[in-house]
Amino acid sequence: MPKPTPFHARIQPLCESYDWSIWAGQYAVRAFDVCHEREYNAFRQATGVIDVSPLFKYDIRGPDAAQYLSWITVRDLSTLKVGRSTYLCWTDEQGKVIDDGTCSRIAEGHYRLTAAAPMHHWFTDNARGYTVTIEDVSERYAALAIQGPTSRDVLRSISRDIDVDGMRFFGVQEGMLAGIPAVVTRTGYTGDLGYELWVEQHHALTVWDALFESGDRFGIHPAGLNALDVCRIEAGFLMMGVDYTGAFDALIESQKSTPDELGLGWMVKLERSPFIGQSALRYERKSGPSVSTVGLEIDWVALEELYGRHGLPAALPATAWRDSVPLYKSSRQVGRATSGSWSPILKKNLALARVDSRHSKLGTCLDIEVTVEWARATVPARVVKTPFYDPPQKKAVDSNV
Amino acid sequence: MYDAIVIGGGHNGLACAAYLAKAGRKVLVLERRHVLGGAAVTEELYPGFKYSTCSYVVSLLRPQIIRELNLAKHGLTILPLECSFTPHLEGPGLVRWPESAKTRDEIARYSKRDADVYPEFGRAMLNLARWVKPIIDMPAPDPTSFMPQHLSAMAKLAQRFRSLSPEALSQMTKMMTLSAVDFLDEWFESPILKAPMAVSGIIGTFLGVRSPGTAYVLLHHYMGEIDGAFRAWGLSKGGTGEISLAIARAAEQLGADIRVNAPVAKILMKNGSAQGVVLENGDELKAKIVISGCDPALTFNGFVGRDHLDSEFLSHLDRYRLRGSSGKVNLALDALPEFTCRPGRGLHMKGDIAIAPSIDYLERAYDDAKYGEFSKRPYMNVVIPSLTDPSVAPPGKHVMSIFVQYAPYHLKGGADQWPQQRDAFGDTVIKTLAEYCPDLESKILHRHVLTPWDLEKEYGLTEGNIFHGELSLEQLFFFRPAPGWARYRTPIDRLWMCGSGAHPGGGVMAAPGRLAALRILKEGAV
Repeated sequence: MPKPTPFHARIQPLCESYDWSIWAGQYAVRAFDVCHEREYNAFRQATGVIDVSPLFKYDIRGPDAAQYLSWITVRDLSTLKVGRSTYLCWTDEQGKVIDDGTCSRIAEGHYRLTAAAPMHHWFTDNARGYTVTIEDVSERYAALAIQGPTSRDVLRSISRDIDVDGMRFFGVQEGMLAGIPAVVTRTGYTGDLGYELWVEQHHALTVWDALFESGDRFGIHPAGLNALDVCRIEAGFLMMGVDYTGAFDALIESQKSTPDELGLGWMVKLERSPFIGQSALRYERKSGPSVSTVGLEIDWVALEELYGRHGLPAALPATAWRDSVPLYKSSRQVGRATSGSWSPILKKNLALARVDSRHSKLGTCLDIEVTVEWARATVPARVVKTPFYDPPQKKAVDSNV
Repeated sequence: MYDAIVIGGGHNGLACAAYLAKAGRKVLVLERRHVLGGAAVTEELYPGFKYSTCSYVVSLLRPQIIRELNLAKHGLTILPLECSFTPHLEGPGLVRWPESAKTRDEIARYSKRDADVYPEFGRAMLNLARWVKPIIDMPAPDPTSFMPQHLSAMAKLAQRFRSLSPEALSQMTKMMTLSAVDFLDEWFESPILKAPMAVSGIIGTFLGVRSPGTAYVLLHHYMGEIDGAFRAWGLSKGGTGEISLAIARAAEQLGADIRVNAPVAKILMKNGSAQGVVLENGDELKAKIVISGCDPALTFNGFVGRDHLDSEFLSHLDRYRLRGSSGKVNLALDALPEFTCRPGRGLHMKGDIAIAPSIDYLERAYDDAKYGEFSKRPYMNVVIPSLTDPSVAPPGKHVMSIFVQYAPYHLKGGADQWPQQRDAFGDTVIKTLAEYCPDLESKILHRHVLTPWDLEKEYGLTEGNIFHGELSLEQLFFFRPAPGWARYRTPIDRLWMCGSGAHPGGGVMAAPGRLAALRILKEGAV
């Protein structure tokens, strides 16, 4: 049976829809209401709060922590300063991505790594020769993401000693939240201003209550996975298990991906100390990836016309979709769209896709399969830049932005 | 020298300029006031409180404009309204929710039959709206023209008509001719449900819910729902002015010049053709074409001058009905008031709140207006945007927008009686609303009252008509603003129209602005 998260006592009565999902063996809300729209709008215009406790969390400590992390992940973490966090991925020896997450340097010799899948075994196996301790703190820490343009005000209202206004994008601070010791990172999965709060699980409810009490005037609202999914697509963020298959889950070689194939090449500096997958990635870098991950904008007018031919108004699923759909160029299949969503804020029909690199240039027009009344057809979809939605407050320090 | 000068920096003028600039034309927008937006404006009239002074909700802002001008990138966010709440002096009132099952329970309190019919009605309206919707996204063809493009557009319309089932055709005819109440009577029995539904037929018009022709406007309310939105009505984050500002930012980025504090005195005419404009400070600005975003009366009587127009056009112009009928009260509130019939601060307050307890109440409100007085107990549409968008008021405080009908422009003693009547009008509004939420008065920090006279003087809306002319059938489509001139051209050479007085009409759609620009470009006017 799934387990409750540390926030369950508060979340369960709010989940009037009974729309639960299971995330890493724990109860997670899909939508609190019959429709996630209110929650989506909280993320985009006020503050949405989502329980991200099911994330796997690992504390890495010791004198070799930086070298060790630089060995197991593609990023050189020797330059990550105390009080900073970074997004990264790690690969196997063949340079195929296993998982992605964030790594925060909380203090000198103390890092925290998040992962979508359990990694303790792999992290430990690869720690040989390094003076580090690896602690699985997944159950010890509860985590909440508070995301949206007013999240800075919400956070400021429950913290005294955290320099909320001075905290930069991907900043990390330790301090007290509602009298509870916590780690705050300016990170998230919505592509907007936002923070993640990490507290010991027995303090979870205290922090939740304080947040909702003082956040009320800033439009705070609990949110579920459905709303998050729309936001993460607008932000162009990939999801392991949806937009790519982690190397440990792949059954065949072609299901695996390298960082370059996922558009994460920017985080891989090849000319540095050795790391797992380095030589394979060096080899790939020479020829370039054969597959690329791109953003697509699906032509709305054409979609309306297609539905119109059946006498129907254009209809879209109410939630983001994640069952892959073929993509064509001149009737030849050149890839697949892996997930997508109607963007309420952009009024655009968006998708993330894996395509043959020859057809990945910005502006390229592909055809995406659409099924209307059980009949297959295609409509044009253009390769566009991601993030699709990138509000200025995401990275801004000035609270007036 | 500019390719085009747009008079008026409202949302339509700005949209028109943005599309022309997007096509590489050199455009200048001239706004009389210190702030852009026209009647789609946000103004901080009391420190910390941002009023959507005039227009306060948005339904039909064309999604293709949001896409094509990348308005989200320029700061536009539309937040859906939760519901429609009709408070009553007795009983729990009525809330219509987006969730059909919840609405069903609400309506069933008053009529089990109506509760069943309500979704059926919605489907029928949606079906008709789908038929009408393409009309608002295309320029109106001229039914009297034998030009091939007009003939084929008319043929397509006829085709669409023929494709309607006899049942739908009958509904359509009723919709075009009946009063809102007669139309709703055919579907529903409960007056408690019918009253708030009927008001959509009268907003902005000088007609009552029992006046023929008001049924058609009901349909407009269902059109927003087929644009890929779950809910039709929404608020613009930061106030309605943010829509105009987002369009302005897009226009400027595309190369348009925009000037505020630049009142136009008249259009520069030479040999019956528009050459540019003269500003009130005497500056002359030349352009290949002039586009007016102002209403037809202000454009032709004010900027062009009657001596440049033939008598037939003038007679149409004089019969064009403006007759403003509404006012607006904006409040800054220290705290949220409470409605007696539904205490507490629930979701019901996050929608629009209609003071429309019965059909008779609405008709009586109209009776006052017929004889030149503002309604003693008016119909009101109240929205508290700060509940949905905390950015428009300081934390914990609120902004309340109250749309009030009827407030006839022509008071018994003349329109210039309004400045003396303004406070009495404001008091009436507050007093009436306070019957439903008694603690309202004690929470008011600041009150801003707009009468139709103010709408004319401050916002340039002739006779205070919020739609630049009534949205009644004889003034829509082929006939807006005058027969034969529905395609953004005017009888004056090189003068075009792009405001709500042009097809497809008023509301924060920005469709006239976009369609005018596309027409101008297609005809190669610049």
